Order: sequence, then C-alpha cells, then structure tokens
Amino acid sequence: MSHRTTRRTVLKSTAAVAAVTLASPYVRGAYAAGTITMGCWDHWVPGANNALTKICNEWGEKNKVEIKIDYITSQGEKDKLTAAAEAQAGTGHDIMSHRDWNIRTHQRVLEPLNDVVDSMIKKYGPISPVAEYLAKNKGTWYGIPTTVGSQVKPCQTRFDLFKEHAGIDVQAMFPSDESKWDKATTDKWTWDAFLDAAQKLHKAGFPVGLPMGQTSDAVDWVGAFFNSMGVVFVDDKDNIKVNSDETRKALEYMKKLMAVNPPEVYAWDDAGNNRWMISGKGSSIMNPPSSWAVAKRDNPSVAEKIWHHPMPKGPKGRFVGQLPQFYGVWSFSKNKTAAKDLLLHISQKEQVAQLVEASFGYDLPSFKSMYDLPTWKTVGPPVGVSYGYPPRGDEQTSVFGAPARAEVGAQMYNQAINTVMVSKFTQGNEKLDDVIKWAEKELEGTLRA
Amino acid sequence: MADTVQSWISVPDTAAPPVKKKGFQKFVRRRSTIAFLMCAPLIAVVVGLVIYPAFYSIYLSMLNKAQTRFIGLGNFTWLMSRDVFWMVVWQSAIFALSAVFFKALIGLITAHLINNLPDKGQRKWRGMLLVPWVIPLALSTLGWWWMFDPTHSAFNWLLKGLGFNEIAWLSQPYWARFSVILVNVWYGAPFFLIMYLAALKSVPDQLYEAAAIDGANAWQKFVHITLPMMRNIMAITILFSLIVTFANFDIVQIMTAGGPRNTTHVFATYSFLTGIRSGDLPLGSAVSLFMLPILAISAIFILRGVRKRGREIG
Repeated sequence: MSHRTTRRTVLKSTAAVAAVTLASPYVRGAYAAGTITMGCWDHWVPGANNALTKICNEWGEKNKVEIKIDYITSQGEKDKLTAAAEAQAGTGHDIMSHRDWNIRTHQRVLEPLNDVVDSMIKKYGPISPVAEYLAKNKGTWYGIPTTVGSQVKPCQTRFDLFKEHAGIDVQAMFPSDESKWDKATTDKWTWDAFLDAAQKLHKAGFPVGLPMGQTSDAVDWVGAFFNSMGVVFVDDKDNIKVNSDETRKALEYMKKLMAVNPPEVYAWDDAGNNRWMISGKGSSIMNPPSSWAVAKRDNPSVAEKIWHHPMPKGPKGRFVGQLPQFYGVWSFSKNKTAAKDLLLHISQKEQVAQLVEASFGYDLPSFKSMYDLPTWKTVGPPVGVSYGYPPRGDEQTSVFGAPARAEVGAQMYNQAINTVMVSKFTQGNEKLDDVIKWAEKELEGTLRA
Repeated sequence: MADTVQSWISVPDTAAPPVKKKGFQKFVRRRSTIAFLMCAPLIAVVVGLVIYPAFYSIYLSMLNKAQTRFIGLGNFTWLMSRDVFWMVVWQSAIFALSAVFFKALIGLITAHLINNLPDKGQRKWRGMLLVPWVIPLALSTLGWWWMFDPTHSAFNWLLKGLGFNEIAWLSQPYWARFSVILVNVWYGAPFFLIMYLAALKSVPDQLYEAAAIDGANAWQKFVHITLPMMRNIMAITILFSLIVTFANFDIVQIMTAGGPRNTTHVFATYSFLTGIRSGDLPLGSAVSLFMLPILAISAIFILRGVRKRGREIG
C-alpha cells in the first residue's frame, strides 16, 4: 500500500504539531508549575530530613511543582563549599540553606525576600535580632530564618551533680513552666554563681566543660559571656572598643574559670563538649540538646539527669549565643516565585511544629511567639528537659561580631578572635595588655572588610 | 649480467609515479599530529583543571572581597601586614621542612634495611611498609585523631597505664605541631622508601665490588658510591614531597583545624579559613598563592642541581 505525502497532509500535520506545542504550557500536568531544587543542610537527627521532605512534597503536590532536595552535610563545611561554588558559577539549586554568616557573604547573588519575611513578622511578631543582623542589610532581607538547624547554646547541666556538689537546684530555679520562674531566684544565677559552682564541681571530680577552640560552640558561648560583661570589640561605626575595663574584668574572670576546666578544652571541636557530657565526667556544658539526644541513646543514665536552662547573668544582662540558619533564593534561580511560596509555607507555625517535633526540640524558630510549641515541654526524660532551651525570661540572644558591620563581624567570628584572645591569656599566659593589643591589631585587620 | 643491471636500474623509470597525498591526509598522518591528537585529552584536562584554575586564582586574588573591584596587590600587602599570616608562613615552613627531613631520613634507613634483606623476604616488607601511603589520607588521619583525641586519647591511656603523665597532644601548641608533623611523616615516609629502594637497586654491584677490593668499609661505600648515585632521585623525591607537604590540607584540618590559637595553621588551612569559612575568596586565593614563589624557588634550585649532575654523568 503506498502512502503518498501531499502538500495538504504536510500542512495539516504541521498545524497540529504547532497547536499542541503552543497549548502545552496550559495543560495542567503532574508538575505543570515546574521544578524547585533545594540544597538543604543535612540534619544530624535521624529522621529530621524526612519531615522537611514530607512538608515540601505535600506543598509540591498541591501546587504542581516538582521538589528535588539535596541534603548537604556541614561536615568539613561541604554546604559552604557548595554555596560558594554555586554563587561563583551563577548556577545551582533554586533554594540554598546558609549557615551563620553565609547570607551576608553571598548577598550580592541573593534575591531580596522582604515580601516573605515581612508577612511572617506581621503574622508572628518580632523576629530574633540575631537573625535580623545576619540576614538583613540596608532594609533588605536576603535570607529567611529557617527552623531546621537554627539553635541557641544555653546551659546544659547535670542537675544531680549541681545539687549535690554545688548546692544549686537548677530544676527548681528553672522549672518547665515559665510562669513559675521567680525573678529573685533567677537573678541569683550569675557568672559569679557559675564560677563558684564550677570550682566546687572541679574539686568533686566533675568539671564543667567549656570549649575554648576556634569552632562555633566555643565562639558562641564566649561571645555571649563577653556581651553579658559589657565587652564590645568593634562598634557599629567601625570603632575598636576592645581596650576597656570591661574586657580586662572579663579576661580576669576567664582566668579563674578556665583553671577549673579540663585542659583539653583548648583542642575541642564542636563535638568535644558533647562527648564530655555524654561520658558522664562533665557537670555542665553550653550546648543545644544534641548531646542530650545522643546521651539518651548511648548513655541513658546521664541523659535523664540533664536539664537545659538559661545562661548565667552578667552586669549587662543575660545572653545566649544564637546561630540561626537561613534559606536564600539565588538571583539566578529559575523559579523564584514558586521558591518564595514554598519558603513561606515551610515557615508557618504548623510546619514549624512538625520540624521541631522531628528534631526532638533541637530546631529553633526565630520567632519568640513559636516558643510555646508543645515539644519542648513534653520531650524527655526527664520530662521538660528542653523547656529552658529556647530563650525565655530575661535571656537575650547574641552573636559574636555584633554590633560591628556584618562584614567585619563575620571576620571576627570566623577567626574566633574572642576565644583566641582568652586562650592566649589563660593557656598561653601572655600578659593582659599584650593580649588586648593583639586583639586590637586583629580587629584592625577585620575592618578592611 | 648487463641485462640484469640494466633492468635493475630501469625500475624507477617503469614504476608508477607516486600518488600525491592530499594536504589534510598528509597532515593527519604526520607523527607529530598523531602525537598531539593522542595527548589532546590530557592537555584538555591540564588546561581545564590546572592552568585555567591557576590563572583564575591569580585573577581572583587581585579582586576585593565582593569581587566587584580590581585592587591589584592589595590582598597580598594586607596579608603581609598581619601577624597571624606570618605565623602561618613560619609554621608552614617548620611543618614542611621538618616533615620532609624526617621522611627522607626514615625512607633512606628503611630502604637500606629492605635492600639488604634476602630477595624472598623483601616483597612482604615492601608491601607492609607501603600501607600508610595507600590508605586514603583522610581516613588514616581520622584514626590518628582518635589516638590523639583530647579527652579519650589512646596514647594517654597507654601512658597512664605505664605510670606517666598524660600529654595534651592537641591542646598544647608544641605537642599539636609535633602531632601533625608525626602523622605527615608516617604517611609520607613510604614514598621515600619506595623511591630510594628503586634508586638503590639501580646502583651497579660492580662499583661496590671494586670498592671492596680497594678496602672501602660500609660507610665509605655509602658516602662515595650510594649517595652520589642516588642524589638525583633524592633531589627529585625531596622536591616532590616538599611541594605536596607545603600544600597539605587534610592532616592539619582533621587533627587541629589550625588550633590551638592558630598555632598549627598551614597555607592550605588558613586559605580555607579565610576563603571559604570567612567568605573572602580573593583573600583565600592570595594566601594559597604565597606558596607559589616559595615552591618555585626551591624547584629551580633543586632541578638546576639535577641537570648539573645529569650533565656531569653524561
């Protein structure tokens, strides 16, 4: 049978193909609204990634958007390397999660997200000042604070050891109901009280373990301590203020405190204090509930005697180190509108509750109005162990580097100028004035940024 | 006979004239063209992954932090005004020179020991001693880190068991430096061993026999025969190791991440700190490029020596 192609049949076929091609965007297929690719921080809590994947996929199905998530570990700074490579190449995921100062590092290739953040602030009230400092520049938000991976580092205390050897009952002082906190009692929880307890616990063979290396756990708690003592390194007008009486007093205090810490704290990485606590040797660290969660699995008898509660108070207030994470949308993203919609969805309280639950209370939203989620009150043992983990009462969040310009603060934080300074004085036994001079010179260098 | 000669001579006249190949075919069949085509993939890899990044790194090091402005040598001059940077330079030199010295010494001694073993047993020893070099470095360094662990060090457990005091391996600057150098020596000595062993095997036995006849003792044989015959291999091995050790990243990053108090940072880890962790890629590039002149000068001197000795032997 011969099939003859005529001019008429060719014209007909061409018209049909053209009609299908032109009409296809309007046909609502499974992923009609395209694809969003996400590079997200790989959570250390087993199962926590699944909660985020589930939330994103549910939204994707509803909105006909295909979601592809790559979970990237922060081990060896792989997430930061990936972000740096994508920013440099101008291609990559649509949404990328950024830790600590990374939003400010990449802001020139990040999409402004004021519409999303402003709507959240309108709905949930004030946002953490640390999140604002790290993600907002000249009125523009370049990142949205995530729940996943965001954390503070309050006291994590062995309440049994503190009660027995230092005579302090932290559970009674900070019960798992904020309305029962008595200001007169909590006001007694000062750095002097902490030092006194640390000395007694050292004598009893259960020293506190406060890292003094150059990683974030060390930088964060030392930063919070310096803030509570009124130490300013560089102000918001680029003035170096570290040479002050406050700094001298703070360093003298540190000399006494570090003398009752195990000597190896100078070499600890972020896991060092966790191991110290889990081993049962330590009486207190300053950390998120990650060490409690691991102890729950590996050494339950230690886990059930842990209690999270606010940091000690100093002359200028009570501060806790906060390290939020953010989602950023690259300016070269191919699906910006859908990406923003997805981020808005993830940030709603219902979704936040699921994420907090999946991480056993480790993940911390940046809105104080969300600290009433049930997980922190119910998780245990002991029940209510993490109630004091989110900043409550008079505890304020802080990040080392503030109030300097974020570019300057980032250098100060990443070069751990505060912990190196303390180490030089307490471990290296350098003269106080020499240490301050060294810090001044280093800070002068950071102003170049 | 005359016919034969005539016909032999007449061959060129009767043979068909050679076909003149077209230009492109001729070009393709040229030996040099084939060689180039066969090397092309390698050249592409070298250009793409070595030459381009190297030049890009030089370009990057001359930009400001936001990479929006050309600042010439601004990053370099700024670095040179920093105490921490000079500490890094000093530490990199201590790290590389001492590690290479001990690797060369241990390699030389073990190569001699193995060379003097009977042939039958040599293979086993060679295999065993090469193990540190073939294990992925990140993995073996992690093993070492566990042994030096600040809180649960296996070495300290042993020391304590033997009645000695514990050592703050990674928290005291001097011990931390010692620890990272030790791991580098452990990892790199087998490379020297294998290179020196190959060099030793190539020394003709007749030289030693002649020396023995002349009454030379073992030391004299070593100084007057072995060392001169090995000098070129030794120089090249040292140069290669110096380059690799100067650029080492894994060991310091895993063991100390540059601490305590920045006292173990080397160029690569400090470059990572400034470039990736602090988000200043141009400054990070400038730090890593500081290695270039140091290594280039040492390469020029060492290779000049190798060429000179090569000419003398030739």
